[in-house]
Amino acid sequence: MNIWYTLLEWMPFSFLQYDFIKNALLAILLITPLLGLAGTMVVNNRMSYFSDALGHSALAGIALGTLFGLQDFLLSMILFGILFGWLLSIVKNRARSSTDAIIGVFSATAVALGIALLSRRGGFTRYSNFLIGDILAIRPSDILILFIVLVLLLLFWIFFFNRLLILSVNASLARSKGISVRALEIAFMTLIAVLVTVSIKWIGTLLINALLILPAAAARNVAGSIRSYHGLSVLFSLVSGVSGLILSFYLDTSAGATIVLCSAVIFAVSWLVGRGKTDSREEP
Amino acid sequence: MPTENQKTDNQSAQTIHPWHNLQLENVTVRRGGKCIIADITFSLACGELVVVTGPNGGGKSTLLRTILGEWPYEGAITFSDCQGKVSTRPTIGYMPQHLIFDRQAPLTVADLMLANCSRWPVFLSHRKKDRQEISKILEQVDASRLIDRRLGELSGGELQRVTLAFALNPIPDILLLDEPVSALDAKGQALFYQLVLDLRARYDLLTLVVSHNLDIVTQYATSLIVLNRTIRFSGPTRDVLEARESGAMI
Repeated sequence: MNIWYTLLEWMPFSFLQYDFIKNALLAILLITPLLGLAGTMVVNNRMSYFSDALGHSALAGIALGTLFGLQDFLLSMILFGILFGWLLSIVKNRARSSTDAIIGVFSATAVALGIALLSRRGGFTRYSNFLIGDILAIRPSDILILFIVLVLLLLFWIFFFNRLLILSVNASLARSKGISVRALEIAFMTLIAVLVTVSIKWIGTLLINALLILPAAAARNVAGSIRSYHGLSVLFSLVSGVSGLILSFYLDTSAGATIVLCSAVIFAVSWLVGRGKTDSREEP
Repeated sequence: MPTENQKTDNQSAQTIHPWHNLQLENVTVRRGGKCIIADITFSLACGELVVVTGPNGGGKSTLLRTILGEWPYEGAITFSDCQGKVSTRPTIGYMPQHLIFDRQAPLTVADLMLANCSRWPVFLSHRKKDRQEISKILEQVDASRLIDRRLGELSGGELQRVTLAFALNPIPDILLLDEPVSALDAKGQALFYQLVLDLRARYDLLTLVVSHNLDIVTQYATSLIVLNRTIRFSGPTRDVLEARESGAMI
């Protein structure tokens, strides 16, 4: 961390004189590529509603953490997130209702459970930080956890991405190649659950999904191949993260929300550029 | 249902290809409480090119997807080697009737093919030697010019060629083709079946083709199965066609 602090002190930016900003910037440089990378397959697999529900389920994870007397809710959030994802997956595959209806049921139940437990004796305001997150409160030990998750995601992507890609195209094709479809789906879902829950404290349950989806959705508007899709998604995520953090410092706004707004602007521009490309292809 | 000639051909091929026999015993498939396939039994040997035909909803696609391991079934499906010893799951090449996928996805033909044939992560880069390899595979199906096209932009016929190339890598023991030429013109269909015949001769692979168009496929098939929930008729192509002409086959 000292090397990081020294490095930033050489930079000619006044806002970098504060340690909490230096920590937040490092966290953003770790979280945003994570979300940008994972978001590509979440969007391709049409799982954005699922990841949104995962984010909301964190409230129930926090609530269960308080019941067990935990000081740090990360473990209870991760465990509940994984359990939530697995249960949802089992019910989704066996239910007659549509997938979005099942996700809606799970999401609403988890949020209601979280609010009910956390609001006992009027104590909900203590946990309202989890709704919008607070990246400026991040400590070096939290950054280490983000770094570990980033390494795990990169390893998963390096070893399993090709199989995940074939699965995202068509499950029957994947099965014909001997890919264990169910195991791969569960592994990916578990990874997304971990990723979403470790990021929630800093981004907030209300906005985490936007950061996961927007950069990838923007990249899809303009990318022509898997490589450019990934590259652009990570780039858009990094740019919106850093610019959002700086803007939030000067505008005195919530960092998470400002970052999401920057992502939304990038999405709007990419949509226009993508439209332009499509129109020019369609012209005779 | 191998003929004597085929058996001889197969025996000579055993030394170069650890081929598989496919045996279905009393296989029944139910979905949503409805019986799609009822109690079918047949045995096929490598080197055969078998056409499965029958009316819509007769269970043809279900049969292929059950062999693929996609749907649960009652009965037994076994793969065995040339000594009749039950073997592990063979390499299967599968070509679905309609490849349902996200047409807006930023995915090129090379991305899909490389994800299948290389361990190098596609999101990082395409290695030159891997591209050369998939280019050769695509060349086999007259689709090498499509290598950098987006999958979602391909026409029906182009997509069928690419899906076949995907199914052929690695060279499978069993090739399952579900209405493989429905989007191809007559020239494309002839090219397609010629390629399947070449592969059969070279690798002795067992091919199951679901098709409605008997006039074309019977030129190439070694045997036919007429399926309408159960097997209505099966045997060497000539026998089945004669039965059809004499009205014995309903």
